[in-house]
Amino acid sequence: MLDSKIPFGPLEERWTKYKGSVKLVNPANKRKLEIIVVGTGLAGSSAAASLGEMGYKVKAFCFQDSPRRAHSIAAQGGINAAKNYQNDGDSVYRLFYDTIKGGDYRSRESNVHRLAEVSTNIIDQCVAQGVPFAREYGGLLSNRSFGGTQVQRTFYAAGQTGQQLLIGAYQSLERQVALGTVEMHTRHEMVELVIIDGKARGIIARNLVTGELERHFGHAVLLCTGGYGNVFYLSTNAMGSNVTAAWKAHKSGAYFANPCFTQIHPTCIPVSGDHQSKLTLMSESLRNDGRIWVPLKKGDNRKPNEILENERDYYLERRYPAFGNLVPRDVASRAAKERCDAGYGVGSSKQAVYLDYAAAIQRYGKAEVNKKNMGNVSPDVITALGKEVIKEKYGNLFAMYEKITGEDPYELPMRIYPAVHYTMGGLWVDYELKTTIDGLYALGEANFSDHGANRLGASALMQGLADGYFVIPYTLGNYLADDIRTEAISTDHSAFVDAETKASDRINKLININGKQTVESFHKRLGKIIWDKCGMARSEEGLKQAIQEVRALKQEFWSDVKIPGEVNAMNQELDKAGRVADFIELGELMCLDALERNESCGGHFREEYQTADAEALRDDENHMFVSAWENKGVNGWELHKEVLSYDVVKPSQRSYK
Amino acid sequence: MQHYSMNLTLKVWRQKNKNTAGSFETYPVQGISSEMSFLEMIDVLNERLIKEGGDPIAFDHDCREGICGMCSMVIDGRPHGPWKGTTTCQLHMRAFKDGDVITIEPFRANSFPVVKDLMVDRSAFDRVIQAGGYVSVNTGNAVDGNAIPIQKDKADHSFAAAACIGCGACVAACKNASAMLFVSAKISHLALLPQGGPERKQRVVSMITQMDKEGFGSCTNTYACEAECPKEISVLNIARLNREYLGANLSGN
Amino acid sequence: MNSSKLFNSSIGKKIVMALTGIFLVVFLVVHCYVNANVFFSDAEENFNRAAHFMGTNLLIRVTEIGLFAGFILHIVQGYKLELQNRSTRKSKYAVTAGNKTSKWYSRSMALLGTLILLFLIIHLAHFWVPSRFGGLTEIEYDGKSYHNLYLEMKNIFAEPWVVIVYVLGCFSLGWHLLHGVQSAAQTMGWTSSNYLPLIKNIGFAFSFIIPLIFALMPIFMHFDWVLNTGALTLLF
Repeated sequence: MLDSKIPFGPLEERWTKYKGSVKLVNPANKRKLEIIVVGTGLAGSSAAASLGEMGYKVKAFCFQDSPRRAHSIAAQGGINAAKNYQNDGDSVYRLFYDTIKGGDYRSRESNVHRLAEVSTNIIDQCVAQGVPFAREYGGLLSNRSFGGTQVQRTFYAAGQTGQQLLIGAYQSLERQVALGTVEMHTRHEMVELVIIDGKARGIIARNLVTGELERHFGHAVLLCTGGYGNVFYLSTNAMGSNVTAAWKAHKSGAYFANPCFTQIHPTCIPVSGDHQSKLTLMSESLRNDGRIWVPLKKGDNRKPNEILENERDYYLERRYPAFGNLVPRDVASRAAKERCDAGYGVGSSKQAVYLDYAAAIQRYGKAEVNKKNMGNVSPDVITALGKEVIKEKYGNLFAMYEKITGEDPYELPMRIYPAVHYTMGGLWVDYELKTTIDGLYALGEANFSDHGANRLGASALMQGLADGYFVIPYTLGNYLADDIRTEAISTDHSAFVDAETKASDRINKLININGKQTVESFHKRLGKIIWDKCGMARSEEGLKQAIQEVRALKQEFWSDVKIPGEVNAMNQELDKAGRVADFIELGELMCLDALERNESCGGHFREEYQTADAEALRDDENHMFVSAWENKGVNGWELHKEVLSYDVVKPSQRSYK
Repeated sequence: MQHYSMNLTLKVWRQKNKNTAGSFETYPVQGISSEMSFLEMIDVLNERLIKEGGDPIAFDHDCREGICGMCSMVIDGRPHGPWKGTTTCQLHMRAFKDGDVITIEPFRANSFPVVKDLMVDRSAFDRVIQAGGYVSVNTGNAVDGNAIPIQKDKADHSFAAAACIGCGACVAACKNASAMLFVSAKISHLALLPQGGPERKQRVVSMITQMDKEGFGSCTNTYACEAECPKEISVLNIARLNREYLGANLSGN
Repeated sequence: MNSSKLFNSSIGKKIVMALTGIFLVVFLVVHCYVNANVFFSDAEENFNRAAHFMGTNLLIRVTEIGLFAGFILHIVQGYKLELQNRSTRKSKYAVTAGNKTSKWYSRSMALLGTLILLFLIIHLAHFWVPSRFGGLTEIEYDGKSYHNLYLEMKNIFAEPWVVIVYVLGCFSLGWHLLHGVQSAAQTMGWTSSNYLPLIKNIGFAFSFIIPLIFALMPIFMHFDWVLNTGALTLLF
């Protein structure tokens, strides 16, 4: 029986009451307690820094060469917070409500409410650290709109918000490194979890430079390892983003929740060919000003600027007049796929739609003319002024588009297509962010908790930092308070030896297969199976096929993969092989989960379950639960259900019309 | 945009680890599409090397969208290659033409020892940040975000400096392997904001002390760093750093 | 103020280069002004009187010691920095960006400085040594005896190779200044977006005009060009 440990009482008082009654660890004892933090993105850096500040002995790990490079850095658009600085009716409740609704009623009310509550503290904290958020002329913080909301609550730093927030957290982390409270291990990857007497007590990490396996003890282990979007091979994730740490935890007993809830982001640069190694996101903030359209005529091969206004189909504005281009991601993605599948796609691949700035350029241009009192000016001047404004808002994104495609988005509309971006699923955690293994916590994208079946834009940064700065410092103490008498366990303990042997056996097995096919080729094939059958649209038949195909791929991988080089040296192919092996297993579980969930909700769209106008059709009666999968080794998985109860929000058919 | 296919000759620096000497190896590559990114071109070569039983070229890369700062490489003498304001991962093959010979080397500096092939150790940058590249504020101590109004253009300039991705191209490009652009970006980011005020003097002195300790060269204002910086960080930040440093030393604590 | 820490730091060393450089630039202006007498009427007398003043005025003589110190500091520190900077990259690039990302003269300050140093040695041997330690003919103005440095110039610049060496020396100086002036401003932290164009223009004008005036002197002397500027003379 899954106990989510949700505090009793009215929703809005739960977190306050929890904080007021939680067990504490006194400062002298904190110095004796060691904590392992795996991953240094927003969740990991903020957690490691905060725990270090509190006096714990922290060891942080990242596979990159510096903690500052974690993929949170690539988040573009912004971070939400219920500050209501714009006086437009925002509140903690509204952020909470939007997130629950955006998640299609598949997230936990208590967690989401807590997230909305601490969102305001995050902004304060980041400003105090010197994060240079965008500001108004009056010197106060600026906000923009994001998908799935009708208020302006997104704080941003041009199109590099994730970078600025991560650097803020990274600087705090490095400050703790300098003070000696955090020990940083870069170019290290967790390859095994160590459990002693049912409690997570450490990890086995591989030093990626020397290939050595190292044992590290911790009274508690925090996984802040991000999402598993790279299971699709092509995604907006970084090349190194992987599920390995979370998967090791899963195979050691941590339940994996809602693996089929993956987010396809509507605005990415389309695939250009087989060589493609990753996809690049064009921030959702672009939908603030850009208008999405396809030609009204099927297979229209004219250049976009030759297609007249009345020959265009602004399908989002047509279908969803209330939210228009700012519908949530799942809705926008499916709508794009629908148009392309119906034959209205553009570009050489026909798998793209236009994101057009012409109207915004004119609108901003005219506003500038008025602001500067320029009177009657030529259309060229208006256009030039408009472009300046667009450049200030989205310059880096436009430049990136130009570099990748060779086309100038100030002149031609961008071609965009949905791509895998985020995974709502992850390790199952309770209210305290603890997994089903005692002492093992999961933070940020690595857990499943806050976004239900679909995440709203600018909420990932919020969640990562909420978990790291404001949740784990309280909830971890509640666990460690009972552990103050536990001395550091020697890494000679048999559990460490066994875990290391397990890890080294696996590595040796991998390298000794000595087959013919490269790791990359397996990854590509896995990605294709999952994208085709467990991507934007899923069907019972397709999922069943996919499961068979993934199982066959797993066998083939373990008998024919070719990994060059040595075990005891830097070996990037070996690193990748371990990750792909785990992705293959996860791929099967994703399909199983998608098959089990006989409904459509958020990012999970089962073709069998849709309304007459092709919207997702939920089945609250039978599926209002979190799927938490327990790994049974060779016997597959067992499904546990955490039933979701809605005390405050009444679930309804999600409508953005 | 016209796409084309090309055959190229790559001269790539191969070095087993930091303790061994390296040398150039020549690899012909065929059928490279102009739509590929530079790293995808190396992916193609690596796949072939693996199949042929060779050792693939080790190189750092992660986000492949120009923001993580992990990718490095000096391409034909240019850190991150020939395009202005572009990281290696965002460099696309349309920058080259059929028959080109491309020389690929690691970032070279004593402070950035080679880890393997094109991969270098840039932990010196982390240590420079540890010396003071932060605002000492513990979690939970903050006042309301809007309680600290900041002049828009100051915030914008601070952001422009904070946009540094810490890739080290400035060091790689500098004839002296100086890290002044990197350090000045951090100093500017924090010196322009009121939040950075209380630690301003101490920060600049300790960061420079650490920078010198790491063995980076001194700045002789050739501005190659600015020309190669993928985020186009301005050398005016270096002037600000000099000002801050001199000021901090003259006024004492 | 912790001066030893300041001047031992990489920025501190650069500040020494900048300050001594600025000091030497001021000297160049004075030197140039004095020498410019040769372009005007009564060149010989005015120049010799000016040289006399420079050689006998106590304040100037004291400053001269400072000038030598400045030169030595600039040169020694410059070489030290160059060696130190050259040692920061043991493994060299096979291909370099060359002039695509920086100006050749900004990368060649040590070379240009060395050329200037060589020139300086020749120049001191030509003029400073004889005027301090004897060997010049004397000339009388108003009953007072002066070194005839002007005549010495005439003699020395009669030799074409000397003129060529001096002109080349001025070229080196020009390139050195073209980078040096704005570099010193940058090192002192005076450059900011408001002042940058001004500093760049001053640096450019300075590095062009001063060496040009210097270079014209041996040429004028060699070809015996005299400008009749009438009553217009420079000095005193």
